[in-house]
Amino acid sequence: MAMKKSTSERIGVTVLAWVVAFLIFFPILWTFITSFKSELDAIAMPPKFLFFHWTLENYFEVQSRSNYLRFASNSIILSVGANIIGLLFAVPAAWSMAFAPGKRTKDLLMWMLSTKMMPAVGVLVPIYLIFRNLHLLDNLIGIGIVLLLLNLPLLIWMLYTYFKEIPVDILEAARMDGASLLNEIVYVLTPMAVPGIASTMLLAIILSWNEAFWTLNLTTSNAAPLTQFIASYSAPEGFFWAKLSAASTLAIAPILILGWFSQKQLVRGLTFGAVK
Amino acid sequence: MATQQTTTAGRALVAPSVILLFIWMIVPLVMTLYFSLLHYSLLDPENVSFIGLANYTSFLSDPNFLAALYNTLVLVVSVLIISVCGGILVALLMDQPVFGQNVLRLMVIAPFFVMPTVSALVWKNLLMNPDSGLFAWIAKSLGFSPVVWFTNWPMLSIIIIVSWEWLPFASLILLTALQSLDEEQKEAASLDGAGPISYFGYIVLPHIARAITVVILIETIFLLSVFAEIYVTTSGGPGVATTNIPFLVYKQALLDFDVGGASAGGIIAVILANVVAIFLMRIIGRNLEG
Repeated sequence: MAMKKSTSERIGVTVLAWVVAFLIFFPILWTFITSFKSELDAIAMPPKFLFFHWTLENYFEVQSRSNYLRFASNSIILSVGANIIGLLFAVPAAWSMAFAPGKRTKDLLMWMLSTKMMPAVGVLVPIYLIFRNLHLLDNLIGIGIVLLLLNLPLLIWMLYTYFKEIPVDILEAARMDGASLLNEIVYVLTPMAVPGIASTMLLAIILSWNEAFWTLNLTTSNAAPLTQFIASYSAPEGFFWAKLSAASTLAIAPILILGWFSQKQLVRGLTFGAVK
Repeated sequence: MATQQTTTAGRALVAPSVILLFIWMIVPLVMTLYFSLLHYSLLDPENVSFIGLANYTSFLSDPNFLAALYNTLVLVVSVLIISVCGGILVALLMDQPVFGQNVLRLMVIAPFFVMPTVSALVWKNLLMNPDSGLFAWIAKSLGFSPVVWFTNWPMLSIIIIVSWEWLPFASLILLTALQSLDEEQKEAASLDGAGPISYFGYIVLPHIARAITVVILIETIFLLSVFAEIYVTTSGGPGVATTNIPFLVYKQALLDFDVGGASAGGIIAVILANVVAIFLMRIIGRNLEG
């Protein structure tokens, strides 16, 4: 706290902080370690912490047995693709709401946000039936559309809060110089908005990557991303912990790294600007 | 400030998003509402008839529904208590100037980025397995018999897993709020000789009160929809011990093919979520004014 502390107190707090952080992080670390074990070492009692024969075998097995790369590429295509297309809708919308707000802009923003609060089960049945009739089940385009729509309100909201921070004067100046709406967007707004767009995109990719209601319900194999791939380990045959760990490590590593870069935006994005 | 021209252009730019979201939200919702009034089973798709509110009465009088409602509330409330109280403590700790603060912060936030199917399966197997899980080893080392988590404490197991996923979120948001507490206020409090407890109660807590509210509301919305963790660990069992409303609706729709009944369940879930959403929207709306 604000009070002056003795050295021993400071050491105590430091140790406590490290212990707490280590415990919270431990399941991830343990998964990572287990991914390098043989299946027998993985279930050994007492557990083997560091002294076992380290092997990369599981990583190869995961690929050769269940074609990990196909699921991974689906995850990448879906989370990046859906959000890039989402940006095409969100950037113009957020731009106009931030710089040319009408009387109803606020209501519109709130309404968009409210779509985010509808529980997925509320629309599961019709979406499932519509997709079945349109042959969009287990289809990259189908699940991609859902991921796009899920994130669209968040994209618009985050971009809106970033655009709001861009000084209006500079846009006025561009307008005075006779810049058209298009020029204004391309030459003035975009360069200033790129950092905001990038962090919005980062968060949106993370959320799509981990989305596990629609991906589990609307995909089975062809269009299935990593969430579904990992779920296939819930009914396994034989020893599988080391392979599960390898698959899990591969599934979470890229997003963990992206996530660490986007901590600050995460707060803003997930609270819709209510906490900055 | 905005000319007539820019307003028109503005509308044209917002319209595509509004139309998309409208189609995404209103159309399926109306369909759900409509289906919920029908006798409609995918096993017998020829025989569809209008039955009014019968799906609702049978859903609401189904003991499984009451169990699911109870489970949903237990799950939401328990995870909220654990993640918010834990989150405050973790945030206070991470706010201290300790060695390696940045690394600590990364470690604490990490579980939030783990996909739900991974966290559920890793916890269920590597940690909670009664034969070779790590917890079993700890219990045995301390002379206790291992807990058979998913058989004897199914709901508690789910609560632990979901809390682990959401504790980092609460910690991160509350830490962000803590960091905006200005130095002058901290110094003034220390000059006035405030002890740690009164400092926390009178300065810190009021300062982060709104962030706590936001955490509670946002988590509630997500926690009402917990699905993947149950799907890959217990499938709602044993019995209906871990069946929450989303899982019940999923079961009714995609396993029992009862479109009408599942739709009624979906509408009930929407109503529940809306109660929370109204409060959240008010807070966010207030923020939008400022």
